[in-house]
Amino acid sequence: MYKYNDFDTAFVTERNAQFRAQVARRIDGSLTEDEFKPLRLMNGLYLQLHAYMLRVAVPYGSLNSAQMTQLALLAEKWDKGYGHFTTRQNIQFNWPKLSDVPDMLDALAEVGMHAIQTSGNTIRNVTSDHFAGAAADEIEDPRPVAELIRQWSTDHPEFQFMGRKFKIAVGAAAEDRAVLKAHDLAVRIVQNATGETGYQILVGGGLGRTPMIGQVINDFLPRADLLPYIESVVSVWNQIGRRDNKYKARIKITVHEHGIDDIRARVAARFALIRPSFTGADQELLSEIKTHFAAPNFRSGSTETYGAAYKADPVFRAWADTNLAEHRNETHAIVTISIKKHGATPGDASADQMRAMAELAAKYGYDELRISHQQNVILPHVHKSDLPALHARLKQHDLATANIGLISDIIACPGMDYCALATARAIPVAQQIATRFDALKLEHDIGHLQIKISGCINACGHHHVAHIGILGLDRAGVENYQITLGGDATWTANIGERAGPGFAYDEIVPAVERIVTAYLDLRTDAEETFLETFRRVGMAPFKAALYPEAVKKVA
Amino acid sequence: MTVIVTDTGFGPDTWTAGYQDDTALDLTSDTDPVLLVDRLAAQVQMIRIDFPSFADGRGFTIARQLRLSGYKGHIRAGGHVIADQYAMARRAGFDDVEISDQLAARQPEEQWLARANWQQHDYQARMRGAAPASA
Repeated sequence: MYKYNDFDTAFVTERNAQFRAQVARRIDGSLTEDEFKPLRLMNGLYLQLHAYMLRVAVPYGSLNSAQMTQLALLAEKWDKGYGHFTTRQNIQFNWPKLSDVPDMLDALAEVGMHAIQTSGNTIRNVTSDHFAGAAADEIEDPRPVAELIRQWSTDHPEFQFMGRKFKIAVGAAAEDRAVLKAHDLAVRIVQNATGETGYQILVGGGLGRTPMIGQVINDFLPRADLLPYIESVVSVWNQIGRRDNKYKARIKITVHEHGIDDIRARVAARFALIRPSFTGADQELLSEIKTHFAAPNFRSGSTETYGAAYKADPVFRAWADTNLAEHRNETHAIVTISIKKHGATPGDASADQMRAMAELAAKYGYDELRISHQQNVILPHVHKSDLPALHARLKQHDLATANIGLISDIIACPGMDYCALATARAIPVAQQIATRFDALKLEHDIGHLQIKISGCINACGHHHVAHIGILGLDRAGVENYQITLGGDATWTANIGERAGPGFAYDEIVPAVERIVTAYLDLRTDAEETFLETFRRVGMAPFKAALYPEAVKKVA
Repeated sequence: MTVIVTDTGFGPDTWTAGYQDDTALDLTSDTDPVLLVDRLAAQVQMIRIDFPSFADGRGFTIARQLRLSGYKGHIRAGGHVIADQYAMARRAGFDDVEISDQLAARQPEEQWLARANWQQHDYQARMRGAAPASA
């Protein structure tokens, strides 16, 4: 886990003092509302539908128990007792008062956290694989590189007033768990044919109203070139990216309009200028950062209690089957704690739950927690012998739902319940789908199926890359939900295909049920996932199931 | 009238030659720094880059590219630049900022001096292992 050095601490202290002064200067008229807006945004403070919202960064999703405990304190002291984990490894507090925010930021700084650049037209919180440092399939822990990028991007003088936001993700595993191809820029740690480690760089991915899959701009970048190369990409885009239309301002549009080859050539020219300004200090810093992420001393010892509980307790077995992932150390497991209890708001955790998770991380998890873009919490390192006791404790806090990767493990944006941009509700749709399939007792039979719901075209709920995507729109004052099928958020990324006309609020859950029923009929066997079936049979049979009236008319 | 902001606070404009002859350039924020560098003559001593709005951050990239390309003359940020951007402007390679009297009245000198410590708390300097590109 990264621990702030004196420089980091002094920086955040100074930054918080600046923000405190900015709030005062807004009140005394030194700053106009227009001028204050990007300043509060670059410090994580949004104005939502009903109130301010503070978005706190959990850089690359990593935090320790003291930090999680402090988040619980913020929720209780300055909010309504809960927080909301987002799809970009942030946590949002939905009800703070503007005058309290400087104190909240100071409280975060006490545990080495901040809300810097979680919003605004800046380089946002750097995200990564939520299994980083624990996964069996990674080349190396991607978090030191993510931390290096966090430091480089923080308060970068050239990139605080860009045409639009810029999102960076870092991955290092065979499987992509960080939605790399949907980022403005993705860094993939790779090895070339000679076994040398470097970076593959993708640009121009993004969801929103014009979803695009990221393209490779550099197939193999030497390690020392990373920061100057990223800086060159952002610098070129900051200069030539469109500022006439905010919907055409993201780099995906710049890449689309200029073509990847033109962008690559411009970046290469700029890189030639920028590269000499890096004298190697960043590489020394990276080596120092790496020492913070040394793997814990994994315990050895018998895993017999795990095997016994697995055999004896069907509830534990169901949880173990869905919520555990393979750890690089065979006596350990990666535990995903579902923040998606059936009927609850996806991603919401109460202060009590946060404290419980912090305590369990300290007791069973080498003091480490992770936040996933799927809005769940992870204990990356748990010795298997501790799993039965951990599961029992999770049950006491409503945190033992066995649904990771299943139909009720839904990503949903805050939607019209909170967000000023939303055109439809997302949370209640997620709640109803989860409740319905729980009642049908079909969830485990259906298997791996990702539903993602966005309450507007901006696609914060990642619906484009869902197996079943749901987009809530406003049609003449009435909520209408469009369905897309066949999206994929992994290395085989794909934008889902629209199924047809949308559905009313009270028709959307039955529509999802028809899709799932069709899948259960169509699949070759229980091993074939929804996505595999969709890829094999295509849209037609699902369309027939979704729109039976249309089929009748044709007949 | 305008006010010139430097690390020591507010002062008058000491550039008296104006922007008409070939010793000074007055640039818009959509200037392509790559093309600019190619036609940058040796006699240019002053470059003023306009910020039509404080939210248009292209000027920061232009200034930085000029410095990286070896331009050693004066670079000034003019137009709508707010006190909160002073440190960014200095770090990006600007020497000073030119603001209107109205803005100077609304954001008085102490608000700019509060950001004159731009050489401290600078992640970029740590990354590069050298002072920022400014002269």
